[in-house]
Amino acid sequence: MTDASPDLAAYEAKARELLSCIEAGDEEAVGKALDELTRLRETELFREIGKLTRELHEALKSFRLDGRLSDIAVSEIPDAHERLNHVIELTENSAHRTLTALEESLETLSSIGSEGKVLAAEWKRFRSRQLSATQFRGLGQQLDQFFERLESEGDAIQAKLTDALMAQDYQDLTGQIIRRVMELVKEVEDGLVSLISISAPRQAPDKATESAKSADKKKDDEKKLEGPQVPGQESESAVSGQDEVDDLLSSLGF
Amino acid sequence: MRILIVDDFSTMRRIIRNLLRELGFQNTQEAEDGNTALPLLKKGGFDFLVTDWNMPGMDGLTLLKHVRSDDDLKHLPVLMVTAESKREQIIEAAQAGVNGYIVKPFTAATLEEKINKIFDRIESAE
Repeated sequence: MTDASPDLAAYEAKARELLSCIEAGDEEAVGKALDELTRLRETELFREIGKLTRELHEALKSFRLDGRLSDIAVSEIPDAHERLNHVIELTENSAHRTLTALEESLETLSSIGSEGKVLAAEWKRFRSRQLSATQFRGLGQQLDQFFERLESEGDAIQAKLTDALMAQDYQDLTGQIIRRVMELVKEVEDGLVSLISISAPRQAPDKATESAKSADKKKDDEKKLEGPQVPGQESESAVSGQDEVDDLLSSLGF
Repeated sequence: MRILIVDDFSTMRRIIRNLLRELGFQNTQEAEDGNTALPLLKKGGFDFLVTDWNMPGMDGLTLLKHVRSDDDLKHLPVLMVTAESKREQIIEAAQAGVNGYIVKPFTAATLEEKINKIFDRIESAE
């Protein structure tokens, strides 16, 4: 350590004194010189501890004074917790929506398929002239019903598959929420690095200003865009749905 | 009718592309942010722009402003589909000249309604 170098002269003087006492064979003087050397060492140790204590104190004080860091601890970490919970909910709902749409569509398709097979067999019998006129009238009615069914169930399956398609919007919404939480984690990391740099300035002198910059940048970003609203944490000025967007726009002459 | 879909999430682009196809719009192209969208738009041939707002690179609002300040593109109808739902932002987009604004999550019916409304208004203005 460079700050300790002026004391080397003091050590040297004491060491020479000790050596000359040893050479002179003066045991009492050797003991005294050793005690003095030890005291010198202890004084330096205490000073170093004192310095560390002061730095730690400063670090803790700046930690408390840094509003951004206390915001993070008090509100943003719990917010992040809620945001991630919301991500779980969104992914769960989307998975269920998709699975329901697929299960129902598969069931309908399979029943249409078996009805089709029965009718195809009957149709084959008609083509090979194995049906009586009465049987053919019955087949004709069945085919009419089957075509009607194809039309209505076809529409229903299309609606269900479209719903399965829409359910995939969770990836965009949760992606945006997760990105925000990642930004927060990065900010906490920067804050901790700057805390370390305050307590050990020789190791990372530049990190503190970097993290201060990133905290400022974060505040600016927040003013701009918020992404998906999370239940329980909605912005006061956020609309609650498409109807409110439409009302707002029509009030603006749209 | 050629439509450009701009969103940084490929899943959302795919959803919008599929919904548009169901509505009868087959001819779509995609871009992941304003920086890739703008050169495509400037090359010409697009009749409609559907864009997200918050994207890395150039965001949707900046893209909208570029479109409105370009002589060849200024009349291009623009529909914003975004999770940004604060009133100030909707007003900002309206002032920048957006033709429609949909907040995510949205439904297929909402997309159809807004697109129809935009084209109805364009037709009645002509």
